[in-house]
Amino acid sequence: MTLLTAVFAAIICTVIWYRNAPEDEMKVGILCWIYWGASLMWFVDAVFEYMELPSEFFNPAPADMLNDFFLGLSAVAVGLIVWLIILLIKDPKGAVKAALFGKKEQADQGLQGGKRNEERNKANP
Amino acid sequence: MACFLVPAAEAVITTVAAKAARSREKGSEIRDVLPEDAACGAVKIPLSRRLTWLSNLLWGGSGLLAFEHLWHGEIVPWFPFLSAASNPADAAEMLHEMSTAGVSMAALVTVVWMGVTAVTSLKGRRLSAFRPKLKA
Repeated sequence: MTLLTAVFAAIICTVIWYRNAPEDEMKVGILCWIYWGASLMWFVDAVFEYMELPSEFFNPAPADMLNDFFLGLSAVAVGLIVWLIILLIKDPKGAVKAALFGKKEQADQGLQGGKRNEERNKANP
Repeated sequence: MACFLVPAAEAVITTVAAKAARSREKGSEIRDVLPEDAACGAVKIPLSRRLTWLSNLLWGGSGLLAFEHLWHGEIVPWFPFLSAASNPADAAEMLHEMSTAGVSMAALVTVVWMGVTAVTSLKGRRLSAFRPKLKA
């Protein structure tokens, strides 16, 4: 169940990334790497588990399945938290910087000033 | 038990290698894959970027696996941090798991990364072969 949850998370993230590619403003690519890496490793884990107990692998107890599903969902949540932290630190849109230091206003003012200068230069070459 | 330690160790090595490759590439002429650059320069993905893909895969996977071990109580917040390392019998089992499952995980991720790298290189080569025809 953990492997399945991670694989579905990886597929959904890859589809979202592909829809916006080549732009990756929200850094969804990071999530793809995290979930695909985890899926590959859990796949190896599943293979070893199957080699140990082949009969029990495809007939798990419902309680074990539920526990594994909770674990998978929690792992997906941890991946999302890691992605969110990276997104806020890298801040590709400059939104955090603007919210904390009001730099966007300054930047906008600078942009408007630049446009005004350009217009002035066009009017008086 | 502690199988995630093997890919985590590989992740450390690849991160260092990616940083070294990036500093070496700073002055070189290899450019990133950009359509406008493709016409005048080499369509080649830098080694540092490819190594970053591998380290992202390894860090992501070993991070979530570490969380799974925490969930199962195999990682503890006190020394030696791995519950299996506290007695010799469990430690031997842990080392066996690291040498089998851990090494297999690291190997599979590396093989998949090599496949991705090979496919992107092939695509890049086709693109650079196609560019002059487009220009002509």
